[in-house]
Amino acid sequence: MSTPTTSTTPTYHMAAVRAFMLSALFWGIVGFSAGLFIALQLVFPELNLGLEYTTFGRLRPVHTSAVIFAFGGSILLGTSFYVVQRTCRAKLFGGDWLSMFVFWGYQLFIVMAAAGYVLGVTQSKEYAEPEWFVDLWLTVVWVVYLVIFMGTLIRRQEKHIYVANWFYLAFIVTVAMLHIVNNLAVPVSLTGAKSYGVFSGVQDALVQWWYGHNAVGFFLTAGFLAIMYYFIPKQVNRPVYSYRLSIVHFWAIIFLYIWAGPHHLHYTALPDWAQTLGMVFSIMLWMPSWGGMINGVMTLSGAWEKLRTDPILRFLVVSVSFYGMSTFEGPLMSIKTVNALSHYTDWTIGHVHSGALGWVAMISFGAMYYLFPRLWNRDRLYSIRLVNLHFWVCTIGIVLYAAAMWVSGIMQGLMWRAYNEYGFLTYSFAETVEQMHPYYAIRAFGGFLFLVGALIMAYNLIKTIKGEVRDEKPMEYLPTVKTASA
Amino acid sequence: MLKLHKKAEKNSVLLLIFSLIVVSIGGLVEIVPLFYVKNTIEKVEGMRPYSPLELAGRNIYVREGCYLCHSQMIRPFRDEIERYGHYSLAAESMYDHPFQWGSKRTGPDLARVGGRYSNEWHVEHLVNPQALVPESVMPRYPFLLEKELKFDDAAEHMKTLRIVGVPYTDEQIANAKDDLYAQVDPEGDYEDMQARYPKAVVANFDGNAEKLTEMDALVSYLQMLGTLVNFETYERPVR
Repeated sequence: MSTPTTSTTPTYHMAAVRAFMLSALFWGIVGFSAGLFIALQLVFPELNLGLEYTTFGRLRPVHTSAVIFAFGGSILLGTSFYVVQRTCRAKLFGGDWLSMFVFWGYQLFIVMAAAGYVLGVTQSKEYAEPEWFVDLWLTVVWVVYLVIFMGTLIRRQEKHIYVANWFYLAFIVTVAMLHIVNNLAVPVSLTGAKSYGVFSGVQDALVQWWYGHNAVGFFLTAGFLAIMYYFIPKQVNRPVYSYRLSIVHFWAIIFLYIWAGPHHLHYTALPDWAQTLGMVFSIMLWMPSWGGMINGVMTLSGAWEKLRTDPILRFLVVSVSFYGMSTFEGPLMSIKTVNALSHYTDWTIGHVHSGALGWVAMISFGAMYYLFPRLWNRDRLYSIRLVNLHFWVCTIGIVLYAAAMWVSGIMQGLMWRAYNEYGFLTYSFAETVEQMHPYYAIRAFGGFLFLVGALIMAYNLIKTIKGEVRDEKPMEYLPTVKTASA
Repeated sequence: MLKLHKKAEKNSVLLLIFSLIVVSIGGLVEIVPLFYVKNTIEKVEGMRPYSPLELAGRNIYVREGCYLCHSQMIRPFRDEIERYGHYSLAAESMYDHPFQWGSKRTGPDLARVGGRYSNEWHVEHLVNPQALVPESVMPRYPFLLEKELKFDDAAEHMKTLRIVGVPYTDEQIANAKDDLYAQVDPEGDYEDMQARYPKAVVANFDGNAEKLTEMDALVSYLQMLGTLVNFETYERPVR
């Protein structure tokens, strides 16, 4: 598989890529901090402060939108502008001007959405909370984004469209479709924020989770798989493991993911046939997910020793391992009998975070460490050892987070359904809440470590932009082995 | 197949169209029938649109993100039915734009919380949950008692809901503002309001007769949750 030449680098449009990388760094820290704060509110409810603007209910969408759309979105848009230019050997369609419009338009969307949540402006649809006027604005920005991406693909110099771009394209198109349908609403007045969605009850529930699960499937998966397909081969300097597998992976995953939404509605008033369909497709989804994971990880074959000395690669590869774990756990939880226990509990929260922190954030960190020196024309990062430190702090944080939520989620589910020997429910709801306390504290500590890791990264990357290089021992423990294998 | 793919990966427009077709199928197959298959929503007696005050309360419930910690969807399991009441029916949320089934129970399910506690309990609990339930991790909502309810455009809200399918009558819309105040005045003339909205709870919910607060609205909504369907006449559909 051919890798694009680097000689044409200076002619590419990188202003928006740089801007998105900086906004990813900024929003990441904002989003992780918001997450830590609301996690602490569940440990110490006094932290809700008794103010209307600082309750868990208003801040939780700030956290989810900041990490998914602000941090994740900045990574996706930024890397897609980078990857599409390099793999097509073509400049961005519309140039710096149009791509910077997308950048600022997207930032405006984030700020309007977040300000709305704090002030109580919300549609209450999870991960689609912004009201109608914010949705309209995002639609405009997104269409321009699609035009830039397609325009660049059309003017490409390479005959083939590189696999990463298939995934980016599917992500852009599908998110547009989901966003428009799920947000169809009629505003009460054109001068007010409030609107009422066109769907109600059971139909609204399925449309919402068709959207919600595919926000995971296309925003947090397809888009980040594109990152995997570009940055892992680049960082190990080897081609993708299997071209054929990537074709099967692509079409299977985009076809199957769309069906999985109803598993969020097991045993609800949604008709059984829809629940069963959702479950069956969720289980099938396991296969292409692992196919993709294998394709990513096996790209290292013959170069495994690089994992020892390259913490950036470690971020990328461990993220794919977390992806494999989450995409096994997901189908498991979509089985109705398992879901009967896991639904409504912290297990779901743990699952989401092993995917979001382990897969999405870690692969993003890897891509950021790859991109910052290149975008600012530095020879290398300020410090490789700090990347290593970030990796371990971050990994320990994720493990603590996920483990705490597994224990609390399963315990919660079991306590809710526990009966005593007289045939009465053993626990009141309040008693189950009390039992959660230590696990909420461990989860918050895990989140704290994750945030500390991100701050270490921010320090490292800002120093890199400044052009400083830390005086440190290189990450090569066994230089003799390396020369021997070369 | 691989041949077709060879074409698509050299033609970006083709790739775009194929992708769009492939991602449309699942949604179409699952969602479209829900609008046409007749037994999706059960036939029940007692469901009606929200009264203006309940609607205002529901909007506050949405605004505060209550759905992030409280579900409104009781599953058909022995423990849930004993803890919360009859399992939820699709018909019970057919006028809900948007639905509030929720996805997480940091707090208990609220689908049938209506009538379980007194108005005073709700007010005190919303102002300081830990005073009544020491283990609770719920935020305090004292500001609901202070904030005057702004819902002068109730009729506009109801008209909008009618556009999206909620069967508000002309009479209900014409009397929106009167009904809003009638529901918090047990001394006044509320029969007409209750005729328009059967089973609507009439009370001075927040204990403050001076002003109509957001607390009035929210508690009126909580007190009607899950109380409308007449389960004596409900027959479980044979599937």
